[in-house]
Amino acid sequence: MRRSLQLLALALALGMAAVATVPAGAQTVVGVTPTEIKIGNTNPYSGPASAYGTIGKTIAAYFKKVNDEGGINGRKITFITYDDAYTPPKTVEMVRKLVEQDQVAALFQTLGTPTNTAIHKYVNQQKVPHLFVATGATKWDDPKNFPWTMGFQPNYQTEGRVYAAYILKNIPDAKIGILYQNDDYGKDYVKGMEDGLGAAASKLIVLKQSHEVTDPTIDSQIINLKNSGANVFFNVTIPKFAVQAIRKAHDIGWKPTHFLNNVSSSYASVLKPAGVEASRGLITALYTKVVTDPQWKNDKGFQDWVAFMKKYYPEGSLEDDSNFFGYSAAILMAHVIKQCGSDLSRENIMRQAENLKGVELPFLLPGIKVDTSPTDHAPIQQERLAKFNGEYWELFGELFDAFRKN
Amino acid sequence: MSIARLPRVAGLLALLLAACALPLMLSNFRLFQFSQVYIYAIAILGLNMLTGYNGQFSLGHGAFYAIGAYVSAIMMDRWNISYGWTIPVAGVLCLIVGFLFGLPALRLEGLYLALATFSLALAVPQILKYFEHWTGGSQGIVLSKPNAPFGLPLNPDQWLYFVTLSVLVLLFWLGANLLRGRVGRAIVAIRDNHIAAEAMGVNTALYKSLVFGVSAAYTGVAGALSACVIAYVAPDSFNVFLSVTLLIGSVIGGLASISGAVFGALFIQFVPNWAQDISKAAPWAIFGVFLIGFMYLMPFGIAGAIRLLWIRATRSRVQQKERSVVPSQAHTTT
Repeated sequence: MRRSLQLLALALALGMAAVATVPAGAQTVVGVTPTEIKIGNTNPYSGPASAYGTIGKTIAAYFKKVNDEGGINGRKITFITYDDAYTPPKTVEMVRKLVEQDQVAALFQTLGTPTNTAIHKYVNQQKVPHLFVATGATKWDDPKNFPWTMGFQPNYQTEGRVYAAYILKNIPDAKIGILYQNDDYGKDYVKGMEDGLGAAASKLIVLKQSHEVTDPTIDSQIINLKNSGANVFFNVTIPKFAVQAIRKAHDIGWKPTHFLNNVSSSYASVLKPAGVEASRGLITALYTKVVTDPQWKNDKGFQDWVAFMKKYYPEGSLEDDSNFFGYSAAILMAHVIKQCGSDLSRENIMRQAENLKGVELPFLLPGIKVDTSPTDHAPIQQERLAKFNGEYWELFGELFDAFRKN
Repeated sequence: MSIARLPRVAGLLALLLAACALPLMLSNFRLFQFSQVYIYAIAILGLNMLTGYNGQFSLGHGAFYAIGAYVSAIMMDRWNISYGWTIPVAGVLCLIVGFLFGLPALRLEGLYLALATFSLALAVPQILKYFEHWTGGSQGIVLSKPNAPFGLPLNPDQWLYFVTLSVLVLLFWLGANLLRGRVGRAIVAIRDNHIAAEAMGVNTALYKSLVFGVSAAYTGVAGALSACVIAYVAPDSFNVFLSVTLLIGSVIGGLASISGAVFGALFIQFVPNWAQDISKAAPWAIFGVFLIGFMYLMPFGIAGAIRLLWIRATRSRVQQKERSVVPSQAHTTT
């Protein structure tokens, strides 16, 4: 008994000593040594969203390429990525492990809207750079309340604004009918459209119809929209309903200028099943090169990516846009680290991420550039419109900047 | 208290002391993990009452976990009610929901009940999205972590660790009293032979529904605690896999065992992480190997294996007693 008490006392003393020697953190440069910088990430390698896990694998492969070529400013990137199975509690646990135990310098491309929401407050309290999150929600661009978080891809509201800008300029007698899914995703698009139209919104939008994701069909909504006399159709639906909407509008002879949200712009899962004839003339907004699109065959950025994939991630698919996406995001992160120079404190990483001017990424359409500032945490805000010509999305018109910066 | 129980009580007190000392030795991150272990242990004990002691299968306890979490989150978010009050409310509400669900479930036995409860696990995340006004839809509800009250020198992680530990101790004490007494014997009798139990005067229908209710209440309390500790609820947090995980925990820990709930909770908290460290490409394949290994080596769960080892170690002292104890002990008690 006495011995075990002694042991217990010893254990307690050791524990307290360990607590006392934990470094204070904020003052020192976390996650960085002269030869290494640690970057943390969570991705769904298992679970319902595991198809996206390939993004994390591509990023790891790209950082391996960077390290093989000598690293950045003499430092190798240690990329620590954990599986969160797309469940928020697991994301919280893994991100706390990255921040408190692995002591990463920054978090990068954590994937998913609910998962990032779960850690949003925490990473900002800890003052850890939370960069280029892989989600399309609008809330990541909020530097006032969340100065340590930064988005990446254009959000749904941005896309809604792009269509609005085009309508205002090119369709003076527009009567807009909107079909949208009754949730955050659908409402974000509608808000972008309404904000973009500005004061004219209430006059131009003649009818808004919503549907639930559980509805079997949306036929009645399409008929209502046709009967409203709308000559512009803003179609905010996921692939399953987009097919139905395109088909039904075609079948009842309604021929509006049809804007189809980017979410459903896939040839294989939307345009082809809806019918090439019915889909001809659809307009969507794009910001990336679609990897299966023949027009990019000879594009330098595309070819570089193919070469990279063959060497560093041969098991990854060359037909999956996610792999082009992850590759490009990793290039942007490497760019930020390079721009930091020798000061890799969290403050400076954030400062440099907020100071990206005209950075080009291989997956972006020609002319689209990354731009950030301390008040703008939405790196990609430009898009281009494209019309479906029966074979592929053909770009037309100028570049749209959703917010006309400067 | 009889003399025979003294060593056991002393052991439990020592464990409790050790648990209270953990915050002195572990980082906040580890404390957060242990808080989750305690939360899982409460949920697993709830499931264990139903499946282990009463013989009713549930593949849907994730649903009660979700209801508990959302009740707590909505009360905190909408009405600014202190988290402390939301936990019992979540428990009582889940008790009622579980009892009501238990009534029609009386007609279903074995696998059919498992399927009916599975439908609950499938439905709840979608229903949560439907009542967007209350639940925040697929975006969920963001909460704040509670600070320690009365100016106690504890950070939120340490405080929540003690909160979950206290709730765990309270619920385990209540559960042990319930299961070791007259009611517990009736619950086990229904599992072993419900006709015989009925002949002995046990109101089978009432007991089965009540066990369902209490089981759901335990799981609901665990859900409410998880809302406080994670400080966020969303439908994606409570997918079908959560229900399966809880069942895995209760079987691995040891069915019909109170201490087994803690072992099961340790398993479902830490083994997936180890599996991931071993292989990122196929973490669940590794997890599956662990699962099969445990089931093969410890067919009565971790608690059952420890008990068998204990009995073997003390064989010389209880040679006569042992022969009558081992077969039945293995699947009915701690």
